[in-house]
Amino acid sequence: MNNEITGAEIVLKSLAEQGVEVVFGYPGGAVLPIYDTLFKQNSIKHVLVRQEGGAIHAAEGYARSTGKTGVVLVTSGPGATNVVTGLTDAMMDSVPIVCITGQVPQHLIGSDAFQECDTTGITRPCTKHNYLVKDVNKLSSVFHEAFTIAQNGRPGPVLIDIPKDVQFASGTYEEKSKIIIPSHRLFEPSPDFEKNKIEEAVELISKSKKPIFYIGGGCINSGPKASKLVREFINMVGSPVTMTLMGLGVVASSDKNSLGMLGMHGMYEANMAMHECDVMINIGARFDDRVTGRLDAFSPNSKKIHIDIDESNINKTINVDVPIIGDVKQVVEKMIEVWKEKKLQIDDKALKLWWDKITKWKKVDCLNYNNEGKQIKPQYAVQRLYELTKNTKTFITTEVGQHQMWAAQFYKFEQPNRWLTSGGLGTMGYGFPAAIGAQIGHPDALVVDIAGDASILMNIQEMSTAVQYRLPVKIFILNNEYMGMVRQWQELLHGGRYSESYTDSLPDFVKLAESYKAVGLRAKTTDDLDDVITEMIETKNTVIADIWVTKEENCFPMIQSGSAHNEMMLSKDQKQDKKSAEKGKILV
Amino acid sequence: MNKSVYDSPDQVSETKRHILTVLVDNEPGVLARVIGMFSGRGYNIDSLNVAEVSNDENISRITIVTHGTSEVVNQIEKQLLRIVPVHSVTNLDQEGSSVEAEVALVYIYISETNKKKVYQLCDLYRARKIENENNTTIFEIAGASERVNRFIKEINEITKVEIVRSGPVAISSIQKNEEE
Ligand SMILES: Cc1ncc(C[n+]2csc(CCOP(=O)(O)OP(=O)(O)O)c2C)c(N)n1
Repeated sequence: MNNEITGAEIVLKSLAEQGVEVVFGYPGGAVLPIYDTLFKQNSIKHVLVRQEGGAIHAAEGYARSTGKTGVVLVTSGPGATNVVTGLTDAMMDSVPIVCITGQVPQHLIGSDAFQECDTTGITRPCTKHNYLVKDVNKLSSVFHEAFTIAQNGRPGPVLIDIPKDVQFASGTYEEKSKIIIPSHRLFEPSPDFEKNKIEEAVELISKSKKPIFYIGGGCINSGPKASKLVREFINMVGSPVTMTLMGLGVVASSDKNSLGMLGMHGMYEANMAMHECDVMINIGARFDDRVTGRLDAFSPNSKKIHIDIDESNINKTINVDVPIIGDVKQVVEKMIEVWKEKKLQIDDKALKLWWDKITKWKKVDCLNYNNEGKQIKPQYAVQRLYELTKNTKTFITTEVGQHQMWAAQFYKFEQPNRWLTSGGLGTMGYGFPAAIGAQIGHPDALVVDIAGDASILMNIQEMSTAVQYRLPVKIFILNNEYMGMVRQWQELLHGGRYSESYTDSLPDFVKLAESYKAVGLRAKTTDDLDDVITEMIETKNTVIADIWVTKEENCFPMIQSGSAHNEMMLSKDQKQDKKSAEKGKILV
Repeated sequence: MNKSVYDSPDQVSETKRHILTVLVDNEPGVLARVIGMFSGRGYNIDSLNVAEVSNDENISRITIVTHGTSEVVNQIEKQLLRIVPVHSVTNLDQEGSSVEAEVALVYIYISETNKKKVYQLCDLYRARKIENENNTTIFEIAGASERVNRFIKEINEITKVEIVRSGPVAISSIQKNEEE
C-alpha cells in the first residue's frame, strides 16, 4: 500500500500531530530507527541529555513550566530503567509525561536478549498507564490515547514501549480525530457535577466564623485560569489561605489573604489557623502527611470541604464532610456563581476576630533567624536572590533538602507555574534537569536551580547538556558541605550522630563549572553575596554560583514527625522534647 | 481508617469479607495491574478469578474476594477505578443481595474400608464423580464457599484428599431491565 509508512515515522507523525515541539532523550540500539527518522525532519527538536534520568526530569520541568506534555525518548534496558525514578516522581506530582522506550524485537522478548528488560512490568506501578505496542497499525492510536491519558483528569506519566521490529515495520497512520477513546478509559466529571454538593459547600463557607482555604498543586494542574478563579473566590470570601509546597504561586505571596505555606516546615500562622479553623476548604490538595502532621490531632474541630479530581484522594487519610469530585476551575467557577447568586457573605465580626487571632500568630515571626556576622545564612542567600530577581520573569527549581524548604519559605511566588520542585517523591537531582526543561520552554526567562551541594552532584553531568544548548540556567548552591536535612534529623532525632551526612571531597564548583566551559562564581561572605547574584543574573551563560553558607543551620519552623500543627518547633526553642522525638523516630 | 504515616484518629471499623467484581478490557497486563495495585498498596486478596465474559466486546470479569474495614475496601474500589482498562467496580456486599458460588475438584484416596463413607458423604453434598480415563475418584462440588468448606472438612476426616478450588464468583441478584 502506498500510504504506508514505517513505525518510526508513525511515532514522529503522532508527536507532530500532538503539537510536540521538543523531545528529551538519549539514543541506543533499540530506538535507532526512531533516531534515524528524527534526523530526517526538523519540526521536532531533540535535546540530548547526558543520562536518561536527566531527560525525564527535564521533561517534567518543561511540562510544569509550560503546561504542555513533556516527551521523553530512551532506549531499552538501562535506558528504560534509568527513567524509573522520574516516572515515579511525575506520578507522585501529577506531571503529564509521555515516555517512549525502545524494546528488543518481538521474537527476542523473553529470551534475556541484550538490553532486554520487562519495561512495562517494571513501570506499571509508576505510570498512569503503559503500553507494549506489538502491531505497527496500532501505534498511532496508542500515541493519541497516551497523550490524552497523560493530560486527562489527574495528569501523570504514560509509557509506550516499542519493539524495534515494530519501528521498522510499515503500517498506516491514523489521525487524532479518527481515534475514539472509550469513556471508561478517561476521567470525565459529570457535566453538572454534584450541584447539590457545591451549594452545600458554599453555604458551609458562608456560615463559617474561622474559614481557611488549603490550596494544593491540583490548582496549578487545572491551568492558570484556575488560579485566577481561586484568588477571586478567596477575595470574595475574605478568608485566609495557605498553600502546600506544590501549590505555591496559586495565590500571590503578597496577597493580603495569604498565610504562605503550611506543613512540616510551613508558617506558624498557617498551621495554627489550620488547627483552629471551623471550615477548611481544600482545593486540589491531598492531605499529605507532610501537611497534616499527626492525624488524630489534625484540625480537630473543622468541617472539611475537599475538591479533587481524583476520587481516590477523598477520605484516603482524612475524612471529609463535603467531597466534590471535579476539575478545580470548573468547580470553583460554579462556587463563585452560587456565592454571587445567593448574595452570600461571612459574618464580618467573626471574620475580623479570626483575622485578629491570625495577626497575633504572625507576630511570632516564625521565619526569624539570627543573621549576625559575615557568614552567609542560607535563608539570607534566598532572600537576597529573591530581592535581586523579583522584577525579572524568574522560574525557580530546587533539589531536595533544607535549601528546598528555605526556597519555599523565603522566595515569594506571585504566579503559578514559576516554582518547580519535587514534592511527593522528594527526588534529589530533580532541580537541575528540571531547570533545563524550564529554560527550553522559556528561552528568555531567568531560570534558577536553588540547590544543595549533595543534591547537585546527583545530575551534575547535565552541565554538558546546558552548555551544549547554550542554556543560561543558573545553579545557586547553598553549600553547607552537609546533607543538611539529613544532618538536621540526626541532630534532632539521633543524638547528633552525623552518620555519613558530611560530604568530604566536594568538587571545587567554580572549577567544575569552568571545566564545562560554563561560568563559576563564589560567595564566601555576605560582602560578596549581592555581587555574585548580580553577576550570575547578568551572565548570558550557564552559571554555577557556589554560595558558602553556615554549615549547621537548621530549617525552622518544624513540625517534628509525630507532632501536631499546634506543636511547632521554632528556631528559638530548639530544645528537645524527648518523648515526641522517640515516637517520631520511626516515622519518615 | 486507611494507611498513613500517622496513627488513625477514628475508631477502626470492623474487618469484613467483601466480594468485588471488576469489569476490565481484556488486554495484556490488565490482571497484573489489578494484582499489582493490591500488593503494592498492601491490600489483601483472598481469592481471585478471571474469565472473559463477552466475546464481541473483549471484556473480562474479575471476581476478587478481599477483607478489610469498609474504609479500606472503599479505597480499594477507588484505586481499581483509576486503572485505565477498568470499566466498573461493584462491591456485591453493597449491592444488597448477590449469589455466589465456587467449584472444587477433589481427588479422593479411596480404599475398601472408607469407600462407603466417602460415597455417602459425596451423596449428601451432591458432589459429582467425574469420569476420567484413569478411573480415579475425582469429585466435583459446587456451591457457596461455606458449603465447600464443610465438605472438605468432613472428607478430610475420612481420608486423604487433594483439592483445587476456583475461589468464589458472584453476581448481583437484583432485578435488572433488559435494555440496560
Ligand atoms: C535520591 C535521593 N536520595 C536520598 C534522599 C534523602 N535525602 C533527603 S534530603 C538529603 C540531603 C540533601 O543534601 P543537600 O543537597 O546538600 O541539601 P541541604 O539539605 O544541605 O540543603 C538526603 C540525602 C533523597 N531525598 N533523594
